[in-house]
Amino acid sequence: MSKTARTEAEADGVHPAAARPDALLAVNDLKKHFPIRQGILIQRQVGAVRAVDGVSFSVAPGETLGLVGESGCGKSTTARVVSKLLEPTAGSVMFEGQDIARYSRSRMRTLRTDIQMIFQDPYSSLNPRHTIGTIVGAPFRIQKAKTEKGVKAEVQGLMERVGLNPEHYNRYPHEFSGGQRQRIGIARAIALKPKLIVCDEPVSALDVSVQAQVINLLEDLQNDFNLTYIFVAHDLSVVRHISDRVAVMYLGKIMELTDRDVLYSTPMHPYTHALMSAVPVPDPEKESRRERILLVGDLPSPINPPTGCVFHTRCPKYREILSETDKQLCRDVVPLLDLKKEDHFVACHFPQVRADIAAAVDVGVTAKEVAVEQAREAVAAVAAIEEAVAEAAPAPED
Amino acid sequence: MQPQPAMDVHVETDAPSAFLSVRDLRVHFPTTDGLVKAVDGLSFDLARGQILGIVGESGSGKSVTSQAILGLHKGSSAEVSGEIWFEGKELVGMREDRMRALRGNEMAMIFQDPLSSLHPFYTIGWQIVEAYREHNKVSKAVARRRAIEMLDRVGIPNPDKRFDDYPHQFSGGMRQRAMIAMALVCDPKLLIADEPTTALDVTVQAQILELMKDLQREFNSAIILITHDLGVVAETCETVVVMYGGQCVEQGSVQDIFYKPQMPYTWGLLGSMPRMDRTRQARLTPIPGTPPSLIQVPRGCVFHPRCRFRDRVGEACTVMHPDLEEIDASGHRARCHIDKHQRSEIFANEIAPTL
Repeated sequence: MSKTARTEAEADGVHPAAARPDALLAVNDLKKHFPIRQGILIQRQVGAVRAVDGVSFSVAPGETLGLVGESGCGKSTTARVVSKLLEPTAGSVMFEGQDIARYSRSRMRTLRTDIQMIFQDPYSSLNPRHTIGTIVGAPFRIQKAKTEKGVKAEVQGLMERVGLNPEHYNRYPHEFSGGQRQRIGIARAIALKPKLIVCDEPVSALDVSVQAQVINLLEDLQNDFNLTYIFVAHDLSVVRHISDRVAVMYLGKIMELTDRDVLYSTPMHPYTHALMSAVPVPDPEKESRRERILLVGDLPSPINPPTGCVFHTRCPKYREILSETDKQLCRDVVPLLDLKKEDHFVACHFPQVRADIAAAVDVGVTAKEVAVEQAREAVAAVAAIEEAVAEAAPAPED
Repeated sequence: MQPQPAMDVHVETDAPSAFLSVRDLRVHFPTTDGLVKAVDGLSFDLARGQILGIVGESGSGKSVTSQAILGLHKGSSAEVSGEIWFEGKELVGMREDRMRALRGNEMAMIFQDPLSSLHPFYTIGWQIVEAYREHNKVSKAVARRRAIEMLDRVGIPNPDKRFDDYPHQFSGGMRQRAMIAMALVCDPKLLIADEPTTALDVTVQAQILELMKDLQREFNSAIILITHDLGVVAETCETVVVMYGGQCVEQGSVQDIFYKPQMPYTWGLLGSMPRMDRTRQARLTPIPGTPPSLIQVPRGCVFHPRCRFRDRVGEACTVMHPDLEEIDASGHRARCHIDKHQRSEIFANEIAPTL
């Protein structure tokens, strides 16, 4: 029942989260299901892993969208489908107004100059038999891109730009540390001046001190080349630092999507609350005062996701607060990713701003701004009621 | 507990009163490229029921230290010197068979990657029973009951059914729980957890850390928690050892390390991580450069090639190896040439406002 309601609602157009007019990339109801086959000679499909199950978002030029969630939530699959390393099962991926979801490989190849990727593991994403010069120069050769002073000069320029010594042109990946290898991956990604870079956990394999270097480099490059990033990560602090907008994913669906400061100061989805409260804060006193929302159990299987809201099996609000009729709603009806406030999408039947969760995060000025904004809204609402009462009052006199 | 004959006036050779006492531990690995000084002169004490955090980047010697305490370097080419006192027994020179009786029984370890530290061929239950029966003369049925009880204790649903499952049938978080059950099956007095939550998601990490704290309160065991995540340290530990280049560069209570750190490396660590609990900074302040090679450890202070404050001292940093100097009576120590008062000033004026 819930599924048909969902498709009907979206049949007439695109999801509002994907309908920003200025978007460089707009993803609408994207699905990626991996078939499960059984049988030795005649293989038939017996099910599907719903890795990504109806995801919609958009990214404006020069913006960074953070995709955050636990492992198995489909964030990396989303990144791979967007950069067309995987074929989507359904949905559209509009890049500069064209739907690239159905592009063939050869047609996609010309677009590779515009969409690039940085991978998580700097050890396995570089060919150990190729020198750095070959690795970073590969995009120029494959795309037959013209260079002013030859490929070598161009590559050495790139190496210098990302903080590597250009004299190491002929070295092999194993001669570099993890942080340096990630710089090589970044140099390769920016070689052809792409518009969009999909970064799949680019800093999670690095040590803290090196991680900060790479994050700063990514930010500098974004400013210099007006790059747009999709930044996949599981670390909420890193995502807060680098993103302009953040999408929280769970079991193949987006649970909450909004501006970074709004998300971190006024989180509305119970899953976001749980994620935020689970992040350990490097301050022993704050740590001891904090209330932690512990999720019970493990992530359900994406082969057979729970009915209704996918999060209801682990949702603390469902377990502790909701009444039986409300629970019925959570079990039966899939909550749509709806606008609950201005530019704040939440997929929950009972969203609620948890100030106590946000209070653990000192958001400074932005929190004040949000509070002022909420106060203004309240004043406006009171004024509207008063106006309505004033309008209604003279009526009986007539 | 009997006192040993003194061999060196500087090295205390009497059995110390602390539950676990590591004295001037050195673990060196001879390789064809040169001598790798993985741990070079580490000392710390740990009381019963306390949680000690060892923090540092990869290659700082954290894991090698824990392996040395468990005697896992015995029989390898590693050169281990110094002393490790565990309840009055000296472990560095202990015979392998006596060490074996302690390992898994009185001291146990949880490893980082639960998938590669569980045997894929045997069931989870069998592996826990094996550990229990190694140290306790009990029947298989008793051991099975004990294993199921432990699986239940660490929060695995339907433990009697999951007992016969293989590791691949468990999720990452459940495997780590099973590892903890295995480590705790003999009620060890000392538990060493080497990055126990690094491979896990934050929500699962919160569950595991909560579980470890519960179990520590219940069994009054001492825990050494090895991690690179300062957030995890702030949440769980009481005392902290900060390691860099195989040496302890700062140690103290968790309050000392987070509220009045004294060593530029600790400042760097605190400054380079994006934090959820503070106003978002426009830019992070990373520590420049890369961790040192353990074959050619820098002369003088190990941290000087990356230190922003070395011009405050002059020559000493590049020439003289600083001592682990005591800062106050509570056991806060730091290894730095900058004057104690000047360090406090630098932290208050230049570092604290940027954190």
